Amino acid sequence: MVAIIGFALGVSQAALALLLAPGLVGLVRWLKARLQNRRGAPAWQPYLELAKLFRKEVVVSSNASWVFRAAPFIVFASTVAVALLVPILLVPLPFDGVGDLLVVVYLLLLGTFFLSLAGLDPGSAFGGMGASRAMTVAALAEPTVALAIFALALSAGSTNLGQIVARTMSGPAAVSPGHLLAFLALFIVTLAETGRLPIDNPATHLELTMIHEAMVLEYSGRYLALIEWAASLKLLIFFSLLSNLFVPWGVAAGLTAGALTLAVASLLVKLVILAAVVAVLETRIAKLRLFRVPELLSVSFVLALLAVTSSFLLR
Amino acid sequence: MRSLFALMLAGYALGAAAAVLRPGGRGGRGLVAAGAVLGGAAGLALALQVLLTGTPFVLEAPAVLSIADGLLFRIDRLGALFLGLVGFLAVPCGLYGAAYSEGYEGRASLRLLGALLNLFLLTMSLVPCAGNVLTFLFMWEGMSLTSYFLVLTETDEPETVLAGGWYLAMTHAGLALALAAFLLMATSSASTTFGDLRAAAPALSPSARNAVFLLALLGFGSKAGIMPLHVWLPRAHPAAPSHVSALMSGVMIKMGVYGLLRVGLDLLGGGPTWWGALLIGLGALSAVIGVLYALMEHDLKRLLAYHSVENIGIIFIGIGAGLMFQSFGLPALATLGMVAGLYHTINHACFKGLLFLGAGSVAHALGTRNMEEMGGLIKRMPRTALFFLVGACAISALPPLNGFASEWLVFQALLGGSAIPQPEVAVVMPLAVAMLALASGLAAACFVKAFGITFLAIPRSARAEQAHEAPRSMQAGMAMLAIACVALGLLPFAVAPILGSTLAGLGRVTPAAIELTRSLPLQVPGASGQMSPPLLALGLVVLLALLPLGLRLLGAERRGRVGDTWGCGRIGQTPRMEYTATAFAEPLRRVFAELYRPTRDLSIDFHPASKYFVQSIAYRSEIHPWIERLLYNWPLRGIRRAAVWVRRLQAGSLHLYLFYLTLAFLVLLTMARWWR
Repeated sequence: MVAIIGFALGVSQAALALLLAPGLVGLVRWLKARLQNRRGAPAWQPYLELAKLFRKEVVVSSNASWVFRAAPFIVFASTVAVALLVPILLVPLPFDGVGDLLVVVYLLLLGTFFLSLAGLDPGSAFGGMGASRAMTVAALAEPTVALAIFALALSAGSTNLGQIVARTMSGPAAVSPGHLLAFLALFIVTLAETGRLPIDNPATHLELTMIHEAMVLEYSGRYLALIEWAASLKLLIFFSLLSNLFVPWGVAAGLTAGALTLAVASLLVKLVILAAVVAVLETRIAKLRLFRVPELLSVSFVLALLAVTSSFLLR
Repeated sequence: MRSLFALMLAGYALGAAAAVLRPGGRGGRGLVAAGAVLGGAAGLALALQVLLTGTPFVLEAPAVLSIADGLLFRIDRLGALFLGLVGFLAVPCGLYGAAYSEGYEGRASLRLLGALLNLFLLTMSLVPCAGNVLTFLFMWEGMSLTSYFLVLTETDEPETVLAGGWYLAMTHAGLALALAAFLLMATSSASTTFGDLRAAAPALSPSARNAVFLLALLGFGSKAGIMPLHVWLPRAHPAAPSHVSALMSGVMIKMGVYGLLRVGLDLLGGGPTWWGALLIGLGALSAVIGVLYALMEHDLKRLLAYHSVENIGIIFIGIGAGLMFQSFGLPALATLGMVAGLYHTINHACFKGLLFLGAGSVAHALGTRNMEEMGGLIKRMPRTALFFLVGACAISALPPLNGFASEWLVFQALLGGSAIPQPEVAVVMPLAVAMLALASGLAAACFVKAFGITFLAIPRSARAEQAHEAPRSMQAGMAMLAIACVALGLLPFAVAPILGSTLAGLGRVTPAAIELTRSLPLQVPGASGQMSPPLLALGLVVLLALLPLGLRLLGAERRGRVGDTWGCGRIGQTPRMEYTATAFAEPLRRVFAELYRPTRDLSIDFHPASKYFVQSIAYRSEIHPWIERLLYNWPLRGIRRAAVWVRRLQAGSLHLYLFYLTLAFLVLLTMARWWR
């Protein structure tokens, strides 16, 4: 019985993430608009956009194959699968044994892989450009992610997300300088992986600068809706990884109503804080030239490497 | 077991004989394939029997070549694993070859291809069966020579001949070094059987042990294609017929891994920490640089060949980590590292075999290997495209396929590095983690390119437009390997214990640590994480099935229409508007410009009247691997100089040769007298 409740909670926390995700993107956009002295669309605007996209018919290029039609489903399914593995509200996670942090990273890569293939499929130069850039950024971000995982696994003794959270919660002594460095490294990777400034500009349709938008240029209707929804879910997943792996306090450890309410509240607070940080960052800095992006990613790599070495030395 | 062994030999012999006696026609090609399939299946059955029962198979023939202890076959579990690998790949490749060799009809090399393919499989199967040095080297040389001639069967272009030359030179240099390693070990041993060498190894001095290890590493590493001994691999593998490329990349280079394990782990029983660290270093270097060169390659088969360098690197990282843990007395982690390396060995055989067969089907249909002339093949060759996609996902380590399962194990082994008591040594592990992650990310980028440019979008040439699907038997070969990729990805919890059992009794790995449990989720001793590929796959399938249902519940619009690709208002799209393979790889070429050091050649023709009007622009950019130049130019120069000098002796005059003959005879006579 407890197991069933656990599974139900696991599924419902993923469902909650799915519901909150478009709002998070809307919130970042609204905060950005306010910071730039614009009135901005309300935070719930992405929901309206999704609803509209779902009602529209799909136009598919005559050059495209089944890969183009399958990709949105694969991207969405793999992102939701990640949401089921990631601690959003509570630990221990019911699906903790199904996949660890490495599985999370490679599941996200699975989505990027198919989205890039779909970018190439219609034969448009925009799609190819986006695919090429997306894969470049994804590949260069990979070592940082792996090292950040290493740093976390070192202090927690496990790569499984539930155990990392539980371990950090159990003793504040587990938080070390390595944690801070790993957090910074992962934050930069988050910006890269979710297509935020200064790596990608989510608000542009200028071919010289866009990555994600170029890749999905040929998509429309429900396909586009699925991809956009998955992209916002990815942002939420990275935010909750950043907050719950490094600052897990508030995450429910038991199934009491109080703990769950606290968990939801703390999740919302953390998400709002991170959204504000990203919004401020995006108003303060300009997009990097594409060929300067590797420099930023090497900074994050060095941070992650320092995180691991400091964890080694401080053991 | 004896009958299975005999059946294996008979199968390959039948195939070879059929090729010589009745080379052409559907029946003849079928017989050749049947021989290979029969031999492969028997070899696989024999290997499975040894693997599951654990009783080694021994066959002695001391009378044959008695001067060097005679032939001796002894298949233990480690050998059986590699024998099984050969058999496992021989079946689909044999099937595939039946239709593929149709292109050879009417050519003299058809006979050669059939006969050599079977002999190649035979000698390669017997390498891991060898129980003494003579048998091992004999089969090793047979495998090298037959594969050398197989490389030459596809075309007689000068480039292919040169590729063969590189291969021949490297493999023989490797053989000489491996021979030296064995001779060094044999100095203190009673005989040259592996059992005696193993018994005598502890008596060797540390420096002799190190020398043996280094010689074996260089000798077997050159066959495995580890950086910087890989130079022959991207040249020779693409030149061979595709099912032979699949066998060479899938299993032949793994014999290098086998040799290294046999000598380093089994006969020597492991060594100091730096052995493992050296393997990890070389492996990491191979993994990253191999994939970086693969990214710049637009010859589909050569791209795959560079990926073999990458994957051998990953295998070496796993085995190196195992050796390193072993030297610190951490048996559970040592087992984990070795199992990860061995698992990746099997997985790489599957997906690289599959990819080479897929690339072969494409090359067969188009008559070119240049990716820039491909495109749109997913509509013309749907099944080949699907199989190739499975292989591409597997090699990119995407869950839940087999590449991911073994890379996960390698990662877990490296994460265990924190157990090493010396931090200054343990720091090797995070560096290897970073390199491995970079390599796997770049591999994903490379296979988006390989699959996307080859199979998706609009055909880039008339040849691609007229492409046709591969014949049934070729499809069958690919389908078998694609299924294996999925199965090995879903069943690591069943495969890992078998791999662990092959390590029993090798080196100083304690048997207790090898008891890997068949648990779901996969939990390996020493690993800090757990996961479950079957449940993961199940979850993905359920989600994919629920999605359309969810869309219907949401009331999503289900209609759709087909339109043109958006062309900024321009109507009518031509292949020239597509992104090319070169363009796809351009960002990474810029990022790693320091490594590639591309040569750029830009010439602009201006209008004679004004330099503001450009008439034509020619742009040419090439990448020459400078590491190869740096390492191989000076020995090559030395060899050439020596060859010029030797040519003075070889003047072509009969009188001179008669003089040499007499001189040599006299010298020998005096020596014989003196000796006594």
